[in-house]
Amino acid sequence: MKVFVAGLNHKTADVDTREKFTFNGPRLEEGLIRFKELPDVQEAVILSTCNRVELYANVRDTAKASESIRTFLSQFHNINRGSLDNALYIYDDINAVRHIFRVASSLDSMVVGEPQILGQLKDAFELALRKKTTGILLNRLMKKAISVAKRVRTETRIAENAVSISFAAVELARKIFTDLPKKVSMLLGAGEMAELAARHLIGSGVKEIIIANRTYDRGCELAKEFNGKPVKFDEFIHELVRTDIVICSTGASNYVLMKSQMQKAMKERKQKPVFIIDISVPRNIDPEINDLDNVYLYNIDDLQGVVDANMFERQKEAEKAEKIIEEEIETFLKWQLSLDSVPTIIALREKAEEIKKQEIDRLLNKIPEIGEKEKKAIEYMAAAIINKLIHPPTVALKEDSEDKDTIIATIRRLYGIDGEKNENK
Amino acid sequence: MGVILFELALTFYFTATIVSIIELFKGSRITSKIILSSAGIGFAIHTACIIYRYVTAGHIPITNAHEATSFFSWCVVLIFFILQFRYRIILLSSFIMPIVFILMLSSSMLPREIKPLSPVLQSYWLGIHTVLAFLGNAAFAMAFGIGLMYLVQEHYVKSKHLGGLFERLPSLQTLDEINYRLITIGFPLLTLAIITGVLWAESAWGSYWNWDPREVWSLITWFIYAIVLHARLIAGWRGKKAALLSIIGFLTILIAFFGIKLLQKGLHVFL
Repeated sequence: MKVFVAGLNHKTADVDTREKFTFNGPRLEEGLIRFKELPDVQEAVILSTCNRVELYANVRDTAKASESIRTFLSQFHNINRGSLDNALYIYDDINAVRHIFRVASSLDSMVVGEPQILGQLKDAFELALRKKTTGILLNRLMKKAISVAKRVRTETRIAENAVSISFAAVELARKIFTDLPKKVSMLLGAGEMAELAARHLIGSGVKEIIIANRTYDRGCELAKEFNGKPVKFDEFIHELVRTDIVICSTGASNYVLMKSQMQKAMKERKQKPVFIIDISVPRNIDPEINDLDNVYLYNIDDLQGVVDANMFERQKEAEKAEKIIEEEIETFLKWQLSLDSVPTIIALREKAEEIKKQEIDRLLNKIPEIGEKEKKAIEYMAAAIINKLIHPPTVALKEDSEDKDTIIATIRRLYGIDGEKNENK
Repeated sequence: MGVILFELALTFYFTATIVSIIELFKGSRITSKIILSSAGIGFAIHTACIIYRYVTAGHIPITNAHEATSFFSWCVVLIFFILQFRYRIILLSSFIMPIVFILMLSSSMLPREIKPLSPVLQSYWLGIHTVLAFLGNAAFAMAFGIGLMYLVQEHYVKSKHLGGLFERLPSLQTLDEINYRLITIGFPLLTLAIITGVLWAESAWGSYWNWDPREVWSLITWFIYAIVLHARLIAGWRGKKAALLSIIGFLTILIAFFGIKLLQKGLHVFL
């Protein structure tokens, strides 16, 4: 019984290769069932996202499983073995557990700390549960992976800071304004980046958007899409009076907004704060505008600086996360070890002996006047009872059968051996 | 008994202060719990201490510098908890609890004995005037703390270095709004305090205004906050300027309070 991982991700395979190996929709179910039916695979989960395809299994023999999984993958996706072997990584035992925990906690992601992966892992596990392709080992492992990811999320600040330019812009907007839904924003020009930033702003509640574009028609198109209000480009200055957030990316080669114009607008709006994001290169907004009170101007490099700082912060947090994962691997492996039959037999006997001793002590305390001979007889009888009771499970544990893992787990559960309770909270 | 209560409250405020400074550097759920609970227990004991003194003395215990400083700290903590309840900005404690602690510490060093009330103070104005004045000043103290927080956060955003407390400080808008609200609460209280003081002066000394140093400083403070409010409404002096003004305003109050106390001149000597 071993945890086994075979997979490829953004580090080992380019998007072309990854696409070929993706398990999509109905193909995922089919793939999962066929994967589970492989001779060396006892339990199976498939995680397939745009950045990774991973097969998790419970196997007996890594080499055999690895061989049959390779064959399965190349047949299922109709790809030659060569390109598969280049991209595929294989882990077993502790390394496989570590890998799965790291994936769940988003340490192995392209953008470390991104939150989607945990949801994708949960979906993969749920599908496996529905299709009944998992058993004692992977069920435990997947649940553990999810709880480890949650622990990492709460105990480190790995997912806290924005690591994309448009998210950084929204994060800043949130630290300048409290009630984004009540704020008016303006798109000045309509570059791709500006559009993206606008989308994020709308995503965080901004409702009113003014769009000023050189080509008015394009502006109207965008306005329709964002449910905004188009204005003529030359008129944007008048709109500044009621605009709180400006996203600027025109193709202009000079400044479209000068300090004196901004100063005037600020006076008219009674110094209410304005957040200006200038993502155009060359810059379109006079950098000196940042010197005005209550005006906060960020250009693309400033935002990149914020992102870099956050990235660095995430790296530091990732180190903390690795430590948490090592701790959790240890508890998981301890649990897995206990699933072996020998420690289970010993634990079962100990448990029985303990019960026997307790009960005899209690009895002797109640009737202290009892004689030596009777005492012996009682002890003998108690030993006989527990021996007879634990004989069949012991035999079952010693037998070599297909579903041994399940038998071990069931016996441990039924006899209340080990700290199952703490683990399953 | 009164002494024990006071020292206990001081100890709890001290704990809250230390942990609130730790909170600045390494905030966590545990530190915020310790701050809130120790400040809360301190406040409860402090309340008991003031009530106890009221009962023993038989009059409002704001008749000497020890009592006044203590009552002032009590007002500050009261407003701290009101803000905490409304906005949940635990970091505010790092800016306010040290002030509370220093005030309480200076209060503990001032003479504490309860003396018979001088005839001037034996008036119903005593309670009204002092409570109004101290509540108003406590609101200004809080505006001072919030103003500091604003300056810190504004510095991060303006300089584009989003380190340190940036994550945990509230938005500029929130800080500015709280600052404004505090001043709009503090200002009418101060105004009423001055009016009641004037009426009391008339009944006690026979003239409404005596150019006593405390009266003068109160008037200066009143003007500063009048400017803060006026400039905000007319010229849009919000944000950084408002924060700076509320800091200057509170420093003026401190000068008025302790400076005059040290000089020991004028008619307000009993405070």
